[in-house]
Amino acid sequence: MADGTPLLELRGVNKRFGAVQALTDVDFEAHPGRVTALVGDNGAGKSTLIKTIAGINPMDAGEYRFDGRPVQVSTPQAATALGIATVYQDLALCDNLDVVANLYLGREELGAVRLLDETDMEQEASKVLKRLAVRIPSVRTLIASLSGGQRQGVAIARSMLGEPKVVMLDEPTAALGVAQTAQVLDLIRTLRDQGLAVVVISHNLADVFAVADTIVVLRLGRQVGVLDAKQIDSDEVVAAITGAKAGDEQQPTEVSEP
Amino acid sequence: MTVSDLDPRLVGDQPGLAGAWVSFRRRLAQGELGTLPVIVGIAVIWAIFWLANDRFLTPGNLTNLLLQLAGVGTISIGVVLVLLLGEIDLSVGALSGFAAAVMAVLNVKQGWPGWLAILAGLATGVIIGAFQGFWVTRFRIPAFVVTLAGLLAWTGALLLVLGETGTVNITDGTIIGLTSTFFIPLDAWLLAVFVIVAYTAEKLWERRRRVAAGLPVPPVQILVTRIVVIAVALLVTAAVLAADRGLPLVLLIFVGLVVLVDLLIKRTRFGRHVLAVGGNAEAARRAGIQVDNVRLVVFTLASTLAAAGGILAASRLFAVNQSSGASDTLLNAIAAAVIGGTSLFGGRGSAYSALLGGLVILSIQNGMNLLGVASSTKFLVTGGVLLLAATVDALSRRGRQAAGRA
Repeated sequence: MADGTPLLELRGVNKRFGAVQALTDVDFEAHPGRVTALVGDNGAGKSTLIKTIAGINPMDAGEYRFDGRPVQVSTPQAATALGIATVYQDLALCDNLDVVANLYLGREELGAVRLLDETDMEQEASKVLKRLAVRIPSVRTLIASLSGGQRQGVAIARSMLGEPKVVMLDEPTAALGVAQTAQVLDLIRTLRDQGLAVVVISHNLADVFAVADTIVVLRLGRQVGVLDAKQIDSDEVVAAITGAKAGDEQQPTEVSEP
Repeated sequence: MTVSDLDPRLVGDQPGLAGAWVSFRRRLAQGELGTLPVIVGIAVIWAIFWLANDRFLTPGNLTNLLLQLAGVGTISIGVVLVLLLGEIDLSVGALSGFAAAVMAVLNVKQGWPGWLAILAGLATGVIIGAFQGFWVTRFRIPAFVVTLAGLLAWTGALLLVLGETGTVNITDGTIIGLTSTFFIPLDAWLLAVFVIVAYTAEKLWERRRRVAAGLPVPPVQILVTRIVVIAVALLVTAAVLAADRGLPLVLLIFVGLVVLVDLLIKRTRFGRHVLAVGGNAEAARRAGIQVDNVRLVVFTLASTLAAAGGILAASRLFAVNQSSGASDTLLNAIAAAVIGGTSLFGGRGSAYSALLGGLVILSIQNGMNLLGVASSTKFLVTGGVLLLAATVDALSRRGRQAAGRA
């Protein structure tokens, strides 16, 4: 398990949507230079938890600590300001704009007389894509003509432009082919090696075991296990996800606090 | 591994002129037509009318054509902006008439000076645009419905403002001067040369910056070709204008607005946000763009441009009457934008659509007027051209989808 203070730490998170208690007393933490996978069945609360961290659905009750300090994150801007970047499953790219325009969407750089500084943005975009080893025909290609893996790469590269400390990826390998999945997993390792705390939601346990250091299991809105990816096998994770065996028995360290 | 380290299956642009030609043909095949169909269309239309009546291509008639274009073209610039958002504004025609009526009544009946009356007309556009934009964004009513209500309401407001008389004749020098002012022929030449030099300088400066930054630049032949094409177009226009009355102020205003709005769309943060909202509003919202603000500003701009177009039209006709901005003004403005290549599906298009598409529409109408064609035929033909243009848009969109570029 990870040592030291977690970069991102949530304690006792509760979130309710009308009659549905989406999250109950969930604890979660992410450490720099480590990949934390968030797994669980449909409706387990994975996306809700991510959205809580990203400030889209502020929590009803619970504690949010960043770098050891308690913080209030009730808007996406607050999360971004802390250095938390999120790449959603639908990527949120504009098909009608090119790669550079998408990377800089919402934070365009201005040059002389407040016009867009295309040269500067193109140069920076090339650099960040190169650093992440994202392969695309040209940074002036429209998003519409990129493959799924390339789009994922562009979306991740965009999250990197804000120089975040935490990157959260929602189902980054869903709907990707074998080669493209490998590309994205490589990208996740690159992020980890650059010292970021990476959080990955995935349904695909093979992908999870390929990159994760820690696996956090959610079931029906409760956190039922924090597992060391090196010490368990996928049967145990499946058991924790489905509740076939009590996942809590495998929980090595964490105890939910009220 | 670098960005230019290509996947061999990807089709990249080969260097040189031949490579550029291959890429150009591929883009055409994949439905990225740009302005090519409309330019071909204008050439065909002009050739047909010239064969039917050789007065069509005289400098006098072409100058008249450009004077007619200014009003509806200016309205069309606003329509382009709204279409880029993936929305529609049906009130622009009625609004253009109402704004012109406000100007005319304040000037003629209330004795306001011309320039102040013009400002009041423009302000009418600003206020109405903001109002309609507010309604669309605040209550989430489709723009189609809000602006349809606007079409009816501003038509009523026009009748109300004009009152008993029904027609207000404008004699104010400032207002009429918008259309009847011509700069001496030499000015047309000087301006054409100035624009060519400025355009070339800007392109060369940009190229130098890109080279300095180590970014790829298109082959120099492409740049030269573009500059030559633009230079020829400008010099021919200057020659035509100089052979008649000179450079009309109203044309300068219209083309100036086209260039300004093009700059706004392509080179400013706001324009980038407009394209993003039109392409994927949810993505824009997540990128921190205030989507509702963008919509509000675009509807305000569109209405303001519509008011400006109405004022230019009133200036050309020396009057505002009960049918100002009615009947085909709205349809021509929307048709011009679509024919010019602005997509009805949002996110794709250019301010130059208003200029090029407007030329198509007005060439057809002007040509058929010269031939003395019945107005029934004019409506049928214009309708056919619009349907054709919308079909080209839809088919090229399908082509892009097939090529994975939609």
